Amino acid sequence: MAPLKASPRPAVVPPPAPIPVTLTVNGVERTLHLAPWTTLLDALRLHLELTGTKKGCDHGQCGACTVLVDGRRINACLTLAAMQDGRKVTTIEGLTTGDSLHPLQDAFIEHDAFQCGYCTPGQICSAAGLIAEGKATTDDEIRELMSGNLCRCGAYPNIVAAIRQAMTIAGPKAEGAP
Amino acid sequence: MRSFTYARADSAADAVGRAGASGTAFVAGGTNLLDLMKADVARPGGLIDISRLPLDRIEETAGGGLRLGALARNADTAYDERVQTRYPMLSKAILAGASAQLRNMATNGGNLLQRTRCYYFYDTATPCNKREPGSGCGAIGGVNRIHAILGASDQCIAVHPSDLCVALAALDAVVQVRGPDGERSIPFAEFHRLPGDRPEIDTTLRPGDLVTSIDLPAKGFAEHSTYLKIRDRASYAFALVSVAAGLELDGGTVRDARLALGGVAHKPWRDPEAEAALIGKPAAPDSFRAAARVLLRDAKGHEHNSFKIELAERAIVRALSEAADRKGASHP
Repeated sequence: MAPLKASPRPAVVPPPAPIPVTLTVNGVERTLHLAPWTTLLDALRLHLELTGTKKGCDHGQCGACTVLVDGRRINACLTLAAMQDGRKVTTIEGLTTGDSLHPLQDAFIEHDAFQCGYCTPGQICSAAGLIAEGKATTDDEIRELMSGNLCRCGAYPNIVAAIRQAMTIAGPKAEGAP
Repeated sequence: MRSFTYARADSAADAVGRAGASGTAFVAGGTNLLDLMKADVARPGGLIDISRLPLDRIEETAGGGLRLGALARNADTAYDERVQTRYPMLSKAILAGASAQLRNMATNGGNLLQRTRCYYFYDTATPCNKREPGSGCGAIGGVNRIHAILGASDQCIAVHPSDLCVALAALDAVVQVRGPDGERSIPFAEFHRLPGDRPEIDTTLRPGDLVTSIDLPAKGFAEHSTYLKIRDRASYAFALVSVAAGLELDGGTVRDARLALGGVAHKPWRDPEAEAALIGKPAAPDSFRAAARVLLRDAKGHEHNSFKIELAERAIVRALSEAADRKGASHP
């Protein structure tokens, strides 16, 4: 057997300098210094310790990472934090007002719109975006416009019922919602 | 993701200038590029963020059409009242694609440039001539249910995944580009290419080219048009077959027709002979079926996707029938 040879060391390339990124998260301005490849999701969870926003697939397929940026729902896993510099981000932690839950949170509890709860923050942020968009009026339209949020427990009928209820309440709009 | 540098372009000229460096890529919505970078399929050494350039407007053109900014979001385009009223098949196509979150992020220019969703392209453990030229094609002789039935080559049978582009093809849109050598216009039919023996190249863009807008001609087939998407689940899935159909009718006779298919080829598929076969014919299922057969005359199936040939014929007949019967609806 040939003696093992030490493989040549790969050239060490110094990592790019961290980028300053300022985000207003749930009403509080935060400045971070991040590697360019830090997604908004990782910035929220790892750097700001806002772990309410979940990492499901990390590929934009499940919707667990849904947050509102300037009032519009997006997948936080498919954007870089640096790309959102200067914007207002609302996560599930930012939907409550003091000790009061957001009408969507109340409705999800009332309708038992979850089992394991992992997709729930994304479902609720997505529903807040849907209500702000104002395009859904029927249950079918709610289903269609919520199709970017998967629930592997299959709580869909209750999720639709909860959103329908919250839509009928003139509740406070999400921070930064149009 | 691999390490990369990030810079924000402050003008279109700045973006094009920065794109001169090899290994750089523009990022706008990021929904496809960042996903491909996570999968290690795309490996740019530098990203140039163009998302804040003032290319996000939707404006009237001198010719009575609409100019869709390359950076206008898919959702803003689909819900634009002028798009909904004058180009309902386009609005419907956009809303048939992706999810609400993705449509809020993805831009029109980026939608044109999204890569195939062929599973072999995404899986770096398998051969793929599009990802790794010369390595072979995993889909030929592999699992190829979602693959091409038209215009494929022995190197690649991937399909273009866009819905928006199918409607743009039917509408004869024009892509406006700014590159190192100045500005130019690319007719939509010439924007995407067939795989041939260079499947790694999706479009006729040249290095450093920046898509600035997509121009729609005045004629939008608003009275009689539709977008029909057939997929494995009712929402949030790529098309097995999709059809953008537009008719201009004179009583019950077809005066003009547009027909573009998605999910069947490396680019949105249009066939002038199939459209010509409709002109002067009664707007009825028999004429539609005859045109479908012209369009599909050279269709070739693989082990798992031969069903698409009959599916495409039926989808064409249904889409044209819907377009003929009623005013194009713009809701999903």
